[in-house]
Amino acid sequence: MSVPFFLIFAALAVFCAINLVVQTHPIASALSLIGVMGSLAVLYLQLGGEFIFAAQVIVYAGAIMVLFIFVIMLLNAGAETPTFQVSRFVRYLGIILLVAFLGLISFIIQAGLPKTEGVVFGAFQGGTALEIGRKLFTSYLLPFEVTSVLILIALVGAIVLARKEV
Amino acid sequence: MPNAVPLSWYLILSAILFGLGVAGFIFRRNIITVFMSIELMLNAVNLSFVTFSYEFRQVDGHIYSFFVMVVAAAEAAVGLAIILTVFKNRSTLMIDEINSMKY
Amino acid sequence: MNFFILTLIKVAVVAFVLLTTLAYLQWIERKVIAHVQLRVGPYRVGPHGLLQPLADVVKLITKEGLIPSHVNKLFYLMAPFVAVTLALISISVIPFGPEITIGPVTTWMQLTDLRIGILFVLAVSSVGVYGVALGGWASNNKYSLLGGLRSSAQMISYELPMALAVAAPLLLANTLSFREMVNYQSGYWLGFIPRWNLFPEIVGFFVFLIASFAETNRVPFDLPEAENELVAGFHTEYSSMNFAAFFMAEYANMVTVTAVATLLFLGGWQPPFPAPYSDVVPILVFAIAGLIALYHGLNPARRMDRYTLPATALVFFGIAAIFGLSLFVAPLKPILMALFWFCGKVLFLLFVFIWVRATLPRFRYDQLMRFAWIFLFPLAMINLLATSLIVALTTK
Repeated sequence: MSVPFFLIFAALAVFCAINLVVQTHPIASALSLIGVMGSLAVLYLQLGGEFIFAAQVIVYAGAIMVLFIFVIMLLNAGAETPTFQVSRFVRYLGIILLVAFLGLISFIIQAGLPKTEGVVFGAFQGGTALEIGRKLFTSYLLPFEVTSVLILIALVGAIVLARKEV
Repeated sequence: MPNAVPLSWYLILSAILFGLGVAGFIFRRNIITVFMSIELMLNAVNLSFVTFSYEFRQVDGHIYSFFVMVVAAAEAAVGLAIILTVFKNRSTLMIDEINSMKY
Repeated sequence: MNFFILTLIKVAVVAFVLLTTLAYLQWIERKVIAHVQLRVGPYRVGPHGLLQPLADVVKLITKEGLIPSHVNKLFYLMAPFVAVTLALISISVIPFGPEITIGPVTTWMQLTDLRIGILFVLAVSSVGVYGVALGGWASNNKYSLLGGLRSSAQMISYELPMALAVAAPLLLANTLSFREMVNYQSGYWLGFIPRWNLFPEIVGFFVFLIASFAETNRVPFDLPEAENELVAGFHTEYSSMNFAAFFMAEYANMVTVTAVATLLFLGGWQPPFPAPYSDVVPILVFAIAGLIALYHGLNPARRMDRYTLPATALVFFGIAAIFGLSLFVAPLKPILMALFWFCGKVLFLLFVFIWVRATLPRFRYDQLMRFAWIFLFPLAMINLLATSLIVALTTK
C-alpha cells in the first residue's frame, strides 16, 4: 500500500517539476510549483511528519505561492519567447544525457545507503506538534528567536522596498 | 518491497527535484521563474531532511525543515519586493536585459 | 473492509445532508433578509418558496454555458472546480457528535479524526484563496483581475487574526484534534455554567467571527464581490454552472467556518446545561414552534396559509414526538441530542451571518485592510499572549 502511494505522488511531483521548467507562462509554472509542494506535503505525511505536512500547505502552498501569484498578476508577466534555437538532434541528445545523469545519481545514492528497512506509513510517530514544540523551545530556542528577528527584518525590508515614493 | 518504500527512493526523488531546480535556474530567463526554481531546490532539500529524520527516528529533521520554510518565506517576501522595484525601474522581467547598473 | 463500507456510508450521508443544506441555506438567507426588510421573500414556488432552490438549480443547469473566447480556458474551467472542492474537503474532519452505537457498529459521528484536524482546516482555507485568484485572472478582464486580487489579498490578510484566534483555545485544551477539543469543553462550572471556551476566550471568539466574515467574503467585507456587481468582478465572465459553483463554494465556506467556531468556542455538541434538563429543550422548542404555526394557521394572512401552516405545525409536532421518543429508545438518544445541539448552534451562527448581511453597510477596501492589520491582528496577538501567560502561570 505504501509503494503505489509513494509512486503516484513522486510521479506527480516530478511531472509538475518538469512542467515548471518547461512552461513559458509564469502562471503555469507557479501552479506547477503548487502541485510539487502539494505532492511533497503528502510524502512528508507518509514519512510521519504530520506537522510539517500542515506547515508546508499553510506556509508554502498557501502563503508564499499566493505572494508569487500576486506579483505575477500585478506585473502582468507574459509568456517568454525562446531566444536560442537548438537543433532537434541536440535536444534529443540533451534529454538522453539528462536521463543518464539522473540514473547515475540514483545508482550512487542507492549504493551508498545502508540497507535498512523501508518506510511504512505509521512507523514514525514522533512528528507530532507536541514533539516539535518541545524541541523547538528547548534545544532549538536560539534559532527560533533568531528566525523571528529575521522575519521582522524581512517584513520591514519588504515594506520599505515596495512602497510608493512620496 | 510490497509494503515498505526503500529510503533511497525518497533521496533519489529529492536529487531529481534539485537537479530540475538547477536546470530551471540556469536555463530560464524570466526572473520570477528563476526565483521559483530556487523554491523548488529548497523543497527538494526539505524532503531530504524529513527522510533522514525518519531514518534516525528523531524529530530534528522536521525542525530543520521548518526553519528552511521560514527562511524561504522571508526570502520570498524580500525577493519579490526587489523584483517589483526592478520592474518599476527597468520595465522588463528578462534577466538578459537587466545587465548594467546604470539605466 | 468493514471500515471502508462504514466510511462510505458516512460519506454518502454527510454529502447528501451537506449539499441539501447548502441549497436551503440560500432559501433561509433570502427569507431572513426579506423579513428584516419587511417583505416576504420567495413565496410562490412551492409552499412559502420551499422549492425555490430547486428552481434555481434547474435554471442554472439549463442556462447556456458560455465560455468567452478571450479567456484562458484551462484556468477558467479549473477555478470554480478548485474553489468548490476545497470548500467541501474541510467538512471531512468536522465531528457532529460523540461516539454512537447503532446495532453491532460503534463509530464516531465524524468522517475522520485527524490528530491535526484544526491545522488541516486552516491549511485548506489557506489554499482556498487560489479559486478566487485564478478565477479573476483567467477571465482576461482588468476588472475581474483587480476584483480577484483584492479578494485574495483580503483573504490572506484575515487568515492571520483567524489563526491567532484559533491558537488560544488550542493552548487551553492542549490538543489539535477537534474531538478532544470538544471533550475538553465538557462539564459544568458551579453545576450549571458550561465549560465552553467562549467564557475565557470571548475576545478570541469575536476576533474569529469577524475574521471569518472576511474569509468567506461576506458583508461587511464583500467589497470585491459587490463592487463587482456594480462594475464587473472575479465572477463576471462566469455563467450557469460555473457561477453556481462559486456561490456553492461561498456557502460551503460559511458552513465550515461556523462549524469550526462552534467546535472551538461553543462546545460542539454539548448542551448548555446539564443532561436531565437539557433533554426536554428540543421537545419544547419544536412543540412551541408547532403551536405558533397552528395559531397562525387558524387566522391566516393569505388564503394558502390555511393549508400550509397547519401542515407545518404537524411536521413540527412530529419532530417533537421523535425527540420525545428518542428519550426512551437508548441508541437513538445521543445521536439526536448531539445533532440538535450542534445544528442548533451552527444555525444560530449562520443566522448571525445573515442578520449582519441584512443590517450593515460594507467597508471600503482600504478601511478593510486597515482594520485587519492595525486593529484585529494586534488584538488577536494580545489575546494569545494573555492566554499563554495565564496557562503558563497556572500549570505546574
